[in-house]
Amino acid sequence: MNLQIAILLGQDGITNGAIYALLALSIILVFTVTRILLIPLGEFVTFGALTMYAFQSGHETSIVWLLAAMIALDAALDLKQLFSNGMDARKAQWIGIKLGYAALMVTLMHTLSLQEIPMLAQALLTLMLLVPLGPVMYRVFFQPIASAQPLVLLIVSIALHVTMVGIGLLMFGPEGGRTAPFSDTALRLGSVMLKSQTLWVILVSVVLIVSLFLAFERTLYGKALRATAVNRMGARLMGISPDFAGKATFALAAFIGVASGILIAPITTLYYDSGFIISLKGFVGAIIGGLISYPLAAIGAVAVGLIEAFSMFWASNYKEIIVFTLIIPFLLWRSINSNHVEDEE
Amino acid sequence: MNATATQSTAHHQGSGERLLNISDLHVSYGMVEAVTGVDLQVREGQIVTVIGPNGAGKTTLLSAIIGMLKSKGEVHFDGHFYKVPDVENLVGKGLGLVPEKRELFTSMSIEDNLLLGAFQRFRRGDRGYETTLAEVYSLFPRLWERRKQMSGTLSGGERQMLAIGRALMGKPRLLMLDEPSLGLAPLITREIFRIFADLRRQGVSILLVEQNARAALKVADYAYVLEGGKVAMQGKAADLANDPRVIEAYLGLASKHQELLSS
Repeated sequence: MNLQIAILLGQDGITNGAIYALLALSIILVFTVTRILLIPLGEFVTFGALTMYAFQSGHETSIVWLLAAMIALDAALDLKQLFSNGMDARKAQWIGIKLGYAALMVTLMHTLSLQEIPMLAQALLTLMLLVPLGPVMYRVFFQPIASAQPLVLLIVSIALHVTMVGIGLLMFGPEGGRTAPFSDTALRLGSVMLKSQTLWVILVSVVLIVSLFLAFERTLYGKALRATAVNRMGARLMGISPDFAGKATFALAAFIGVASGILIAPITTLYYDSGFIISLKGFVGAIIGGLISYPLAAIGAVAVGLIEAFSMFWASNYKEIIVFTLIIPFLLWRSINSNHVEDEE
Repeated sequence: MNATATQSTAHHQGSGERLLNISDLHVSYGMVEAVTGVDLQVREGQIVTVIGPNGAGKTTLLSAIIGMLKSKGEVHFDGHFYKVPDVENLVGKGLGLVPEKRELFTSMSIEDNLLLGAFQRFRRGDRGYETTLAEVYSLFPRLWERRKQMSGTLSGGERQMLAIGRALMGKPRLLMLDEPSLGLAPLITREIFRIFADLRRQGVSILLVEQNARAALKVADYAYVLEGGKVAMQGKAADLANDPRVIEAYLGLASKHQELLSS
């Protein structure tokens, strides 16, 4: 191995690591606030990538009908609740807005010539189609069982993952896809070529991580989500609804998942079932952070990306095994060092 | 017997409007009914206390009123009837609860804890919470000194102050407190009880659940004795403090030393 190869591998590793870091942060965020391990996170990545690919290649996709169906289900549940708890003008209005949004998306998808609009518009449309699936998923599948044990939540989460893989096959077909890069320029650094998409991935990931950090440290809504993670009961007594917190975290996670998919679609060919292995690597990062520490998880996730890239070079057959074996020493270290302290009193 | 009971409710001391009106409230945990048909009123500007032994259902009662527990019966707050009381809604309408366990956000700063107390107001677009923050700091100067510290580092008394301050950030019209003196040194207990009187002067009504019956009866206008999930006695706090049954059960020798400590 010479320096040039090392730099190339490092570039790949950091690119993938940045994506894993984003996913690891979403996994921790969702887990601490709702106690749900978000297994279907990877499907948001593949749906994002494949929707972009469908736009660019001109394939038919019926993904907008998934959104419409889910929003209709969500609205029906809200209406039922509205009737049993008494009418509330603001909530009724909100149901109308959601249905209007679904109608808008259906019309947009059928009137725009998706292949010709600029890439930025394609990306925006992909986000608008897929991100609302996050909060709706929480509303329909998790909100009714929000107080269930973590194991029950995990089982529902796995079921959703399996279902979404199936839906992915139905909507996008078995072929994988790779989209056009955001820009064609390549940077030359000495003798090494830096792919511009690599820079895009790193740049967007850093921007996303920093804005997440600022949102959680500086805004009251961000603090409210942290508060829910720290003390659910206390948060409820402040009028921070767990339903609100759940939907907000699912929206953030869906946004990060879909954005990651759009980012890596020009680098890797993704298939309808590639999501699981990607989110699993984010999960390894999250475990390194003990499912609590954001910075440790981010560092761990980048390390996962790097180790993956280098083991691809040295022992490509064992790439996945090496990455997932990483989890064992960290689990050991975590369980030896953890002292189960009860929260105050 | 029944007639006198209703009469005593009708003569309920205080001239203000009924702020909280609970009738025939039942709460059960599975098959066991912990609160069995409680009627209770708090009028505007009143301090009402609920005393009673351990396991009488006092905490359960407060949790049900604010909607943390499912209940059967009627809860009217500030003129509105709540078919299904839900916490977020009631907190927004001006009901606050300081729970027995404080439930602070231990890994967040004191200032963040307080700001989160105003979450509902912030959501409604009421930006007056910064004034309230200054008021809370002037009520509890110690919180101001430590505002950047994690709330988990506070002592028991300071935690209680923070829990009360956090609830006040929501500008409650009725503040419910569950055992605010629990685990506190007598001196701090006295300080906190003095603050209740201050709060009433500012127009905050208080529903106080206490084991320290003597201190509670001293500060309250009206009192309920809860036993086995039912209201066993009720009346003006001063009258109950002189009632031989109350003296025997709640102000007797067992609580004598508390009195000595706190006087």
